[in-house]
Amino acid sequence: MRYTFVAALAFASISFSANAEPIEQRIAPCLACHGEKGQSETENTPSLGGQQAPYTLIQLFMFREKLRVFEPMNEMTKALTDDDLRLFSDFIAKMPKPEPPGENGDPARMQRGQALVRQHRCDSCHNGDLSGKENVPRIANQREDYLAKTLGEYKDNSRHGYDASMADVMAPISPEQIADLAYYIARLR
Amino acid sequence: MMSYLSVPRSVLLSGAFLSAFVLSAAAQQSAEPPAAAQQSTTPPAAQAPAAGAPPPAGTAASPTLPPGSPLIGRPAGNDAAAKLAPIAPPPIPAAPDKLPTAKLKVPAGFNIEVYAAGMANARSLALGDKGTVFVGSRLVDKVYAIVNKDGKREVKVLASGLYRPNGVAFKDGTLYIAELSKISKIEKVEDNLDNPPKPTVIFDKLPKDEAHGWKFIAIGPDNKLYAPVGQPGNNVLNDDEHGLIRRMNFDGSDAEVIVRGVRHTVGFDWHPETKQLYFTDNGRDWMSEDVPEDELNRITKVGEHFGAPFCLQGNIVDPEFGWGKSCSEYTAPVGLLGPHSAALGMRFYTGNMFPKAYKNAAIIARHGSWNRSRKVGGDVVVAKLNKDGTMKSMEPFLTGFLEDNKYIGRPVDVLQMKDGSLLVSDDYNGAVYRITYGKPKTAGKS
Repeated sequence: MRYTFVAALAFASISFSANAEPIEQRIAPCLACHGEKGQSETENTPSLGGQQAPYTLIQLFMFREKLRVFEPMNEMTKALTDDDLRLFSDFIAKMPKPEPPGENGDPARMQRGQALVRQHRCDSCHNGDLSGKENVPRIANQREDYLAKTLGEYKDNSRHGYDASMADVMAPISPEQIADLAYYIARLR
Repeated sequence: MMSYLSVPRSVLLSGAFLSAFVLSAAAQQSAEPPAAAQQSTTPPAAQAPAAGAPPPAGTAASPTLPPGSPLIGRPAGNDAAAKLAPIAPPPIPAAPDKLPTAKLKVPAGFNIEVYAAGMANARSLALGDKGTVFVGSRLVDKVYAIVNKDGKREVKVLASGLYRPNGVAFKDGTLYIAELSKISKIEKVEDNLDNPPKPTVIFDKLPKDEAHGWKFIAIGPDNKLYAPVGQPGNNVLNDDEHGLIRRMNFDGSDAEVIVRGVRHTVGFDWHPETKQLYFTDNGRDWMSEDVPEDELNRITKVGEHFGAPFCLQGNIVDPEFGWGKSCSEYTAPVGLLGPHSAALGMRFYTGNMFPKAYKNAAIIARHGSWNRSRKVGGDVVVAKLNKDGTMKSMEPFLTGFLEDNKYIGRPVDVLQMKDGSLLVSDDYNGAVYRITYGKPKTAGKS
């Protein structure tokens, strides 16, 4: 995985120095890790397809300003202008949304996950089908490992989020429940 | 014409509506997990009874604090309610030519212009002795300084790497900054705008809750620094460390809690004549579209309790926590500022530029509602007071931020300049506007 990042960074420095290039070329280094068809094949790295543009814009802004710390992304975004951030966010929103895995999930875990989504009202902000809206991200069919990692980071407040609403939501949710939530949301149909 | 009485008319009606609400609130309460006791931020003393148990009379100190999600209390299975959620502003400040200035409306004879732009998430305002305007933020890590030099204004980043630095206050050359859980200072700040030292902490005995954790601060006529701590959730019980306003010396010493029962104040000022502290307070969510309203409160003595979370807007006992309580046990607001309107920054107008009718009136920024289908607020209003200090009327002053039930800007704080003009911050666009009265002049000559 580290190898991929290094390659992507080298790629990135070339593309940022020639901004006249079409977006399809400029975004190629991003998709090397995040998946060319909107679906990530890389461990702990989110699928981006169909993501809400206002959400992506906020995340890219936070990476650039180091308000969200993850070195490869801080590095990738540091030279981007405000217009670049908007361009990338809008392009990503139009990529195909990720698909659920082929096999159906274990019914007991799916049921537990669904109950947790209802109990904690994830659907209130993330929409009934978890497709997100505005600044609230699409989470349906996101990678399970990335969902679990992110929910854990919100819970221990190592990822603050933009307005910190997730830290409050996650406070009463246990690590076992996080595993069930991630399992269910990744396999949602 | 918008005009509000200080006492609502429909108290009797609301009783019928409340009894229906209590049933659904109780049903939800039992569905909540009792896991709040595991919260790391809860002090050990607060880990007593279950969240659903009625609190013992008079002691708000012991009960468990449930988590502070803004969604707690949302009625289940209601499509209109499901559409409502807090609104996050765009992260990137609007370019000066993209600001909605031309759409903003002020009363006849007043003018509005852009004072400064390009400050992501511009929030609370403070004025330095030499004319520097300091601007806090909540969603980014910065405090800005708008420097006014020879008629030209320039925005500098004064401090960064801060955590939710919403509050700013200035006194005798020193800037005070309130982050989520600490207050710090930069001395001789206006002499060091290009190379300011890092802020030094003066007070950090504060909880770290995110919900209502960001702070407005100001300095009183008694030369004390005033800092609130909000209630750590929409509708939750407060322990000793929450739901209060505190004052302290400029070095953080002799800190004392002066009032309690404050849900979330993000703006206060002292009446120019009576020197009493007036503060805005945001009412709870998810009770209904129309009640409770946000409050304008006045402190008349140390030790007052303003009702939260037991009594709302001075005349409704809370459907969840109000059992066994009566609103007569608490200090009532002197005025109501609209349901969910998010009344934030307020200052009394003492300048000579505006017409006489504005003298000593409270000018209040209402950030605008999220927990209401038809949005309320997103404006600046003028609250005039009766002789006894209660609110006589509330009238629109700056409007136009709300377009087709969507915000194109959201006012956060107001600040009177030395020439009597008024600044208004807008965290949605990352800008500060200036309102003047009379023949338009260039702001640089102020």
